[in-house]
Amino acid sequence: MNAYLNKTFIIFDRELRGYFRTPLASIFLLVFLALSSGMTFFLGRFFERDQADLTAFFAWHPWLFLILMPAIGMRLWAEERRSGTIELLMTLPVTNSQLVVGKFFASWLFTLIALLLSTPIWITVNYLGNPDNNVIFISYLTSWLMAGAFLALTSCLSTLTKNQVIAFIISSISGFILIMAGFSLVLSTVRSWAPIWITETIGSMSFLSHFSRVQMGVFDLSTLIFFVSMIILCLWINIQLVQIKKAD
Amino acid sequence: MSIKLIEAKNLKKSFGNFIAVDDIDLSVERGEVIGFLGPNGAGKSTTMKMLTGFLEPDEGKIFIDGIDLKSKPLEAKQAIGYLPEGAPSYSDMEVSDFLSFVGKMRGLDNNELLETRLSNMAEQINLKEVWHKPIETLSKGFKRRVGIAQALIHDPDILILDEPTDGLDPNQKYEMRNLIKKISSNKAIVISTHILEEVEAVCSRTVIIANGKLLANETTQNLTKKFNKKNVFSIKVANELSNSQIKDIKSSLNFKKVTVKNLDITDTSILIEDEKENINLNKIMTQLKKHKLDINEATFIKPSLDDIFRKITQQK
Repeated sequence: MNAYLNKTFIIFDRELRGYFRTPLASIFLLVFLALSSGMTFFLGRFFERDQADLTAFFAWHPWLFLILMPAIGMRLWAEERRSGTIELLMTLPVTNSQLVVGKFFASWLFTLIALLLSTPIWITVNYLGNPDNNVIFISYLTSWLMAGAFLALTSCLSTLTKNQVIAFIISSISGFILIMAGFSLVLSTVRSWAPIWITETIGSMSFLSHFSRVQMGVFDLSTLIFFVSMIILCLWINIQLVQIKKAD
Repeated sequence: MSIKLIEAKNLKKSFGNFIAVDDIDLSVERGEVIGFLGPNGAGKSTTMKMLTGFLEPDEGKIFIDGIDLKSKPLEAKQAIGYLPEGAPSYSDMEVSDFLSFVGKMRGLDNNELLETRLSNMAEQINLKEVWHKPIETLSKGFKRRVGIAQALIHDPDILILDEPTDGLDPNQKYEMRNLIKKISSNKAIVISTHILEEVEAVCSRTVIIANGKLLANETTQNLTKKFNKKNVFSIKVANELSNSQIKDIKSSLNFKKVTVKNLDITDTSILIEDEKENINLNKIMTQLKKHKLDINEATFIKPSLDDIFRKITQQK
């Protein structure tokens, strides 16, 4: 176990430092903070709502992550395949799962840094009123888990191509489908031809409906389990895809 | 008893309908340097990818230092240093960081040992001047050297190098060949290359494959003997010869093939082709003196590996 974690950590460390070796990290952090604040204050009408909570802040996260997570994760495997370093990597004494997990955790921790940098808004709302900090904490946690699910999906899909732009596009489209799965328009369309269990399964896959429940202050363990399961499932598929696609 | 560090039996690999490697056997002992030759698309890289565990063979077995690569891939891979084709590396990393990363992944988790190996690499592969530079800013030659250094960082018993001198200038090629020779005594090394003089310079054995099949597996000396029995002796004389003189010379030099060509007034070339054992220098010289020719130059044209390579790979 120790040896497993040791190699995973070396991969994680290289990958995480990789974000900061290029301007990518600072650009991403700036864009995330600018967009999340902009959406909160202008589109979410943070002040006009006159409520001491962060609903206006978190409500935009699924849409932000839809674009930003593929931007972080698109290079994870597409770039390894394009540059040929996948051959170097996979002839090292390391398992596919160590590689996939190490890379994923690096990108996931990077999003945690982005989320932590947004905490001044949490301090601000405490200064202005008396928000329910438990709800905010759970919202942050769920937001990070949702980011993880988007990232795991992107990581998985980035093994399918050597082109980062294609990886970005297919990840965003897949993410969009997962967000939209909970919309009543989608569900009623599906309900018209599919059995009820299919409609319910599609509805239960929606990132948006899971995330909105938490924002409303409903602490639902099934939401946390849902995002964690999504991460595990995507990473498992990722491991299989790396094996299949490595030499293409 | 010699120790087989690489042993591959009946390797087969297909991609769809295309058979890339067809029933190849290969074994490499400690102290051997194998030159892996073949035309483009012959199956060299596919074989190397299978030996390093990157690709799984459809059929056949690979043992690395006695360890079955399929059942114990991590242990087997630990014994190998591999330079993939094109020497891929993380271009955004500095040379020192990249080698340190590969070293740690290769199990050099003791800091002192890692540092020693890193400074050995900086010294041995001449990387000192670019040690703290990002790889993307390096010349092709330096990038190739970084690739060699990552393959050697853990001092493996087995080295598999796909075109190690590609992109190096003549001096760097010379240094690289010397390095390979120097480290070869206690390692098994497989080099794939298009440069045949490289095989002659560093390899103890030559393996030639084409269309996925193994066509030759001989010591480089044996290969020359086996596949190129005909030798050419070239003489240049400072005389212009008449047609009758040429006829006389041809008949007096009784060899399989004699070609005489006037190049200009003061230069004539005589080429004698025959089995090596039939070419008798005394006989040639005596005959030429009889014709009162001024000999300017007389050389044996050694059969080149290029000719042998062409002959073997174009056989069918």
